[in-house]
Amino acid sequence: MGTVIIFVKIFFMIGFLMTLGVLLTWVERKQSAVMQDRIGANRADIFGLRILGLFHPLADALKLLTKEDFIPPSGDRFVHTLAPFIAFTTALVGFAVIPFGPNVQFFGREISLQVADIHVGLLFIFVVTGLSVYGVILAGWSSANRFGLLGALRGAAQSISYEVSMALSVIGLLMIFGSLSLGEIARAQGELVWGLPRWGVLVQPLGCIIFFIAAIAETKRIPFDLPEGESEIVGFFVEYSGMKFGLLWIGEFVEIVVMSGLVATLFFGGWQVPYLGSGGFVFPFGLQIGLPPFLVVLMQVLAFMFKVVFFCWLQMLIRWTLPRLRYDQLMRLGWKVLLPLSLLNIVLTGLVLLFTGS
Amino acid sequence: MSLLQELSQEFGQAVLSTHARLGEETVVLQRKRLLDLIRYLKNKRGFDFLMDLTVVDRLEEVPRFQVVYHLYARETNRRLRIKVQVAAKDAHLPTLTGEYRIADWLEREAWDMYGVVFDGHPDLRRILMYEGFEGYPLRKDYPKERRQPRVGPGSTEKTAFDKTPSIADVLVLDDPDTSQAAVSSGTGIKEEIMYLNLGPSHPAMHGVVRISVALKGETVIASDVEIGYMHRCFEKEAETHSYTGVIPYTDRLNYVSPLINNVGYAMAVEKLFEVETPERCQYVRVIMSEISRITDHLTCVGAFAMELGAFTIFLYLMKSREYLYDLIEDVTGARLTTSYTRIGGLKGDLSPDFKEKCREAFRKVREDIQECDNLLSRNRIFFDRMRGVGVITPEDAISCGFTGPCLRAAGVAYDVRKAEPYLVYDRFDFEVPLGTDGDCYDRYQVRMMEMEQSMRIVEQALRNLPGGPICLDDKRMTLPPKELVYTTIEALMNHFKLIMDGHGIRPPAGEAYMPVEGGNGELGFYVVSDGTGIPARVRVRAPCFALVAGLSHLIRGRMLADVVPIFGSINMIAGELDR
Repeated sequence: MGTVIIFVKIFFMIGFLMTLGVLLTWVERKQSAVMQDRIGANRADIFGLRILGLFHPLADALKLLTKEDFIPPSGDRFVHTLAPFIAFTTALVGFAVIPFGPNVQFFGREISLQVADIHVGLLFIFVVTGLSVYGVILAGWSSANRFGLLGALRGAAQSISYEVSMALSVIGLLMIFGSLSLGEIARAQGELVWGLPRWGVLVQPLGCIIFFIAAIAETKRIPFDLPEGESEIVGFFVEYSGMKFGLLWIGEFVEIVVMSGLVATLFFGGWQVPYLGSGGFVFPFGLQIGLPPFLVVLMQVLAFMFKVVFFCWLQMLIRWTLPRLRYDQLMRLGWKVLLPLSLLNIVLTGLVLLFTGS
Repeated sequence: MSLLQELSQEFGQAVLSTHARLGEETVVLQRKRLLDLIRYLKNKRGFDFLMDLTVVDRLEEVPRFQVVYHLYARETNRRLRIKVQVAAKDAHLPTLTGEYRIADWLEREAWDMYGVVFDGHPDLRRILMYEGFEGYPLRKDYPKERRQPRVGPGSTEKTAFDKTPSIADVLVLDDPDTSQAAVSSGTGIKEEIMYLNLGPSHPAMHGVVRISVALKGETVIASDVEIGYMHRCFEKEAETHSYTGVIPYTDRLNYVSPLINNVGYAMAVEKLFEVETPERCQYVRVIMSEISRITDHLTCVGAFAMELGAFTIFLYLMKSREYLYDLIEDVTGARLTTSYTRIGGLKGDLSPDFKEKCREAFRKVREDIQECDNLLSRNRIFFDRMRGVGVITPEDAISCGFTGPCLRAAGVAYDVRKAEPYLVYDRFDFEVPLGTDGDCYDRYQVRMMEMEQSMRIVEQALRNLPGGPICLDDKRMTLPPKELVYTTIEALMNHFKLIMDGHGIRPPAGEAYMPVEGGNGELGFYVVSDGTGIPARVRVRAPCFALVAGLSHLIRGRMLADVVPIFGSINMIAGELDR
């Protein structure tokens, strides 16, 4: 029975992630089109049905699958094939520890709405995102292309630099919630402080900003899209075609979803809806609305999805607004601004905890 | 004492003749004193610009080639043409690369096209043609129909492609030590020079330029810019077409501001005729030129914002450009291939409701420019990417032959519209925006401000637009009205004489250099007439050519990522670069 539940959860998680990832390719086109006063992709149709170009991801997949799979003659055949898989898998796996709802009672069993509630969930995420850089390095190196190699180098340097700030920016959060388990952190954010939900962003505003910036850098999107930098070095995947390129491409979108999930879970209450407890809404000014547990869980799962979609949207918005940084400016921002700030954040959090005693 | 007399005295026998026909001072000089004369003019008389260097091939005459230098002195605002005659058998001249940086590329082009050798030139390679091309295409005895094998990968014929030198051979590294493949730095780590080809198939190079760079890490230590990928034999074609027939070719020079090319060419031929077009024509030419300048700047700013990753701004500005293209289409019937001017006038008048349409279009363009300004000018990322990048000093900019926004960004106030007001530019109130640092950010700012000035000029011109004809009433160049052609014999004859082969528009024999302010700087047309219906020589002084020639200087020592904004900020337009 336990195995079945795990598989159902994995199925649900991959379904959610892939659907959103694929949908994001459409959102990216449509959202950029709206921002740029264009109409955007609307040509793909099935029997004349176009529904706002929603068939484009499907058409893309078909196109990519039927394209020639080109491997550069002087490249490394094995590594060249391996790299997209690494990039894609590592992007996907991170979501396993992110809870998308509270624990629920189901036929007398307590089930956590989370694929794996491991108690070092946060570390797991950092390990996995750390591994994802191998996809970039191997892809760039095995292409035997100088542009690819430059992209890989930039990708590696960027990932390393920003992971440091990213990891340090959540230390303050860990000090407050006292747990590395994402399930615990999400649950703890349901409590109230001064009548407001105790969300990460409220208790760790600086950490939240640093984390979000580092998260965008991790997804390698504008303004941090140096490994790609299509007008400069074309990108680490310059020699990829067909579905292997597709994997790198979808992997990027999946990474956006994972990062959005992470930001939502760590700093924006995860699946928590403000003032919604297991029995219904309890507002600090006295109003109470009782709700059946089923409805509560549904609302909480939907709230989580909404938050994830919101942060995906926010990342798209940034991507289509800003220009790209230069390599040395990126490094300066990472090491000279974000790193000291995240260290400062730790010290400040420690001081506050020391004096308030909690 | 005039300059010409002074030079005659100073250089005595070496000055073969002087004249100032059409108001253009010209010195015909013996070859041996050329360098002395140039140095004298540059150091003592302030001729700091070498605007153009070209060759005129006079097949029948001895000596056959005339090498023509156009100099300009900014302080005294005067021009001087120097002509040196050389024989085909002994086509050698001293190089001017020591005096003017721009001479490097100009001399390469003269050699490429005419086979004139410049002794002492450090790097006399082909520039528009490829290595292995046989013959000199602009010589009169090179038949227009001659074909040479296609080159490049994919060509089945055994070609000259193999002769193309490798990057490592072409690039001259400053430090002889670094030219070895591997160098050990102070840290004991072996650093290797990486050679990288940017283009021609590279997103930022528009498919028409190749920059070979030597990289140390991501720093560019040497570079070579290769052009000619879009060479369309404009100058050769012009020598086989009637004077009117050249106009459509000028559209394709700077194809983001084609109307300025139309105007410049028509004015050069009109100068040969020594005529002035009617006032209304001049106003309309100013209006259309300025609208074109805005489209040019919009394209430039949009394109380099895009190359920095800000794709949205590119589309905003393209949208804005469409409003102006609509205006241009309204008047000329075409958006890009306008061919709007005629020798002695214009193709047609402005449309009746042009004023209202223009006001509406400008309102929308101003909105978009404002939006772009909000998104970019004070954007920290954009600012950091542009400020201090691609810096050029005023002295270097002048020596490199920079003109237009790139020169003004370096703080040199040279604008043809102010220096030598042509058309009716002296009647308008406008400013010439200047930069201070000569970096990419200043070039961006200068372009942004110039758009506003251009709109001001158009608004003033529309307010004071006089009535009257738009074409000169001159039998030598203007077609008679169709009704008269069908009803009167004089008009029919006139029409016949202008249209039929072997007749056509025939300016008196002579030569004229007509500079106008193009989108990128001084756009000069040097037209030589031998009295027939076909130009003997049409030379374009393309502002882009100098800018791209200076590119290597701008990107040296910068990071690879800087190449893109620098390249974007000089606004390379392959049409006029390669001609």
